[in-house]
Amino acid sequence: MPKDTETPDVIFEAEDLIISAVRDDGTQLDIVKGVTFSVHKGEVVALIGESGSGKTTISLSALGYAKPGLSFTGGEARLLGRNIAGLSTDALRPARGINVAYLAQSAAATFNPSIRINEQVTEAPVLHGTKSQEEANEKALRLYKALDLPEPETIGERYPHQVSGGQLQRLMAAMALCGDPDLLVLDEPTTALDVTTQIEVLKAFKTVIKDEGAAAIYVTHDLAVVAQIADYIVVLYNGEVKEAGPTDVIINDPQHPYTKRLMAAINPLPDAEGAEIAAPEPTAISVKGVDAGYGRGPDGEPLVMVLKDINVDIEKGKTVGVIGESGCGKSTLARVMAGLLPPHRGELMLDGERLHDRLEDRTSEELRKVQFVYQMADTALNPRQRIKDILGRPLTFYHGIRGSAKTKRVLELLEMVELPPPFADRYPHELSGGQKQRINLARALAAEPEVVLCDEVTSALDTIVASNVIDLLTRLQDETGVSFVFISHDLSTVASFSDEIVVLYAGRVAETGPVAEVLSAPFHPYTRLLMSSVPEPRMGWLEETTESQEQQAGLTAGVELSAKGCPFAPRCPLAIPGTCDVEDPPKRHGDNGHRIECHRTLEELY
Amino acid sequence: MYGLILRRLGIGVITVLAVSIIIFIGTKILPGDAAQIRLGQNATPENVKAFRERLGLDLPLYQQYLNWLFAFVRGDFGVSLASDVPISSLIADRYLNTVYVSVLTAIIGVPISLALGILAAMFPGSLYDRVLTFISVSLVAAPEFFTATLLVLVFVTFLGWGNAVVVGSAEGKGFFELIVHFALPITTLCFVIASQLIRMSRAAVLNVMSSPYIEMAILKGVPRRRIILRHALLNAIGPIVNVVALNLAYLVTGVVVVEVYFGYPGLATLIVQAVQTRDFVLIQGLGMIFCMTYVILMLIADIAAIASNPRLRHPK
Repeated sequence: MPKDTETPDVIFEAEDLIISAVRDDGTQLDIVKGVTFSVHKGEVVALIGESGSGKTTISLSALGYAKPGLSFTGGEARLLGRNIAGLSTDALRPARGINVAYLAQSAAATFNPSIRINEQVTEAPVLHGTKSQEEANEKALRLYKALDLPEPETIGERYPHQVSGGQLQRLMAAMALCGDPDLLVLDEPTTALDVTTQIEVLKAFKTVIKDEGAAAIYVTHDLAVVAQIADYIVVLYNGEVKEAGPTDVIINDPQHPYTKRLMAAINPLPDAEGAEIAAPEPTAISVKGVDAGYGRGPDGEPLVMVLKDINVDIEKGKTVGVIGESGCGKSTLARVMAGLLPPHRGELMLDGERLHDRLEDRTSEELRKVQFVYQMADTALNPRQRIKDILGRPLTFYHGIRGSAKTKRVLELLEMVELPPPFADRYPHELSGGQKQRINLARALAAEPEVVLCDEVTSALDTIVASNVIDLLTRLQDETGVSFVFISHDLSTVASFSDEIVVLYAGRVAETGPVAEVLSAPFHPYTRLLMSSVPEPRMGWLEETTESQEQQAGLTAGVELSAKGCPFAPRCPLAIPGTCDVEDPPKRHGDNGHRIECHRTLEELY
Repeated sequence: MYGLILRRLGIGVITVLAVSIIIFIGTKILPGDAAQIRLGQNATPENVKAFRERLGLDLPLYQQYLNWLFAFVRGDFGVSLASDVPISSLIADRYLNTVYVSVLTAIIGVPISLALGILAAMFPGSLYDRVLTFISVSLVAAPEFFTATLLVLVFVTFLGWGNAVVVGSAEGKGFFELIVHFALPITTLCFVIASQLIRMSRAAVLNVMSSPYIEMAILKGVPRRRIILRHALLNAIGPIVNVVALNLAYLVTGVVVVEVYFGYPGLATLIVQAVQTRDFVLIQGLGMIFCMTYVILMLIADIAAIASNPRLRHPK
């Protein structure tokens, strides 16, 4: 079907679109309140906003789809001139397969685990009869190549679990593009990815959208990402359009206060020169020469070694940021400190004394001093308990506080995390994501710990909410003198908040030291790659960065703990063949406790 | 994957061995002496002693167990205490009846139930779904004898078809003749297993239907029928196979009421008789057969679940 000659200039148009949730008692709650915008041929329109802004709901209207519980209650959503709001699933089926395609946030959840990739990629065009299976296979192969996927000839034969997360995200793009749609709807397609992977995926998306000539709706909360890919931006808040305009206007000269706040919430990497280095304090918890892994092999060593030779000291009242890509062992390190995973080798110290490895062996005092805050506040809070019970439990358990004293303390804790007293009687599901994370934090603080292990606590939150939580953490640290271990894959968040940084790569410490030292030369080559991968909210950044030497090297993905040599060697632009891949890198010491593990000398790393 | 299957096999063998010990000890600690029971009124101390020696009951317990176990493995189940007939011939008469009824029930009941359940999952909340849910919940609550009585009332008393009990022997009958022969027990059992199978297959498919990849299939414009049959069912096989296996095991071992009600001799009634007559040897033999039926069926279910999971079939 030669669609190009037929397609009109306006691909999709929302006009006064209203989408509502209809409750059981018949009352109607508007989620999207009269939104108007249009997408032209070959144009990428970004819908930007926080969760609850209705951006996903609006984007799905381009497929005529309303999530269960929602319905179209006013206005029109016109795809190629036809209003598709409120049509039946059967009536929409041709449009969904042929005219418009959807890319979801998590490719891992979007691919059917039981069906081979190629069948899923080619399913839509074959099913709708726009392509024969052979034509679809050819198209898929071309897309695999265009998307820089490894082994494009055979990757389709694999099952989804046999490829990496970043590859799956690109395969989802292939799935969407296989039917030559007029419009792509991309819903936060890079949010779940590491910065280094995000760049690859963004670049692939951008090229492929341009080559295929498709229009796109790009949904995200990240202005820096939007600046790289969108032609036109629609800023949404609470189901309404706050501001709309071409990308350069919105990025360089935002008018609406909300857009300005969004821009302000982007953390640029702090200027290393200005940061000061505080005097050393006694250590609260320290990790000495720890190896850890999962399973047990025949030789008594763990089957999968995740951490190797980790040395980290966390000083009292300080924050140590642990950063690295997914799979680098960040969370495993937290699990080791929490006693959930006893180290295979090495030891843990708390207040200068040996800390028991296993949770079961720890005394109540040791348990109290080390607390854990999980990434998923949703699943970490018991849905059947009121907030006062959730916070009251550690008070009774560690401090024996009961009755009215407990009630009083719960209110104090709520005040500490800036929540009003009535929250004590609520259930977790009545709270927003940011509020739940505050409760999660308050529960850890209820024990009056020395060290709080924060595992990606802001990763699931919107930019503005996340920066509020960071402010709260800073204040709590000043007030209580607690130490934080702050684990994140987001370098700018870690840098803005930590005193020291530990850069993990494939289970080894690549670089560590005070923030100012780590973020300024000399750099470990991996730190340099990470820093150059943080998107900047300006147009053209993506193109500049991908040309740089670091990124060229970073493209060969695959993080594995190697038995010998430096694990980063295969990706490293400075690797010395015959040395880096064979011998363990030496520890090189710089100023103020700055340490880099690299075969290159510090002078070479400037 | 093969390693995983081998491990399951190993666990199965260990389970059977463990159960054999429990059965053996269980029958040993019951009051009464096998020789005493066997000899009954004629028991003089000399007779009993001689008999005990003949049965090997004077040996240490572990030796008795090993002798019994090795005999069992060779297919020698021993001789009934109550009737002095080899256990194997006692079982042979009845086991065909049990096999006929359970196999026929499985052939008829399982596909129909699964189809009904999956159909309900295709149209959740529809009138069909609600009626089916109502009926299957009612059936769960109805005991077998109630269902059986109801069937006899309708088909025998009112419609006048056939007999209220199974008359005559099943020997030499063909497939359809067997269905007619056992019509009422098969129907009763179909009702009993259908309720659980319908509800579980519906739940398993519905659970998968709420996952993001199904939403993706909807947004790709895949028709509902293909979504269920190609996208959802593949991921629901594991739980469904497990329920099927549990129900099949029930068909072999848990059908006492039905066998008694329709008056045909089967394995389940045999074990009841064995307990009544304190026929330890028979209890041991039947216990082992039931245990192995369970273990083999669950093993098949596990292997099917492993084989249907691409993560286990094709590791990274």
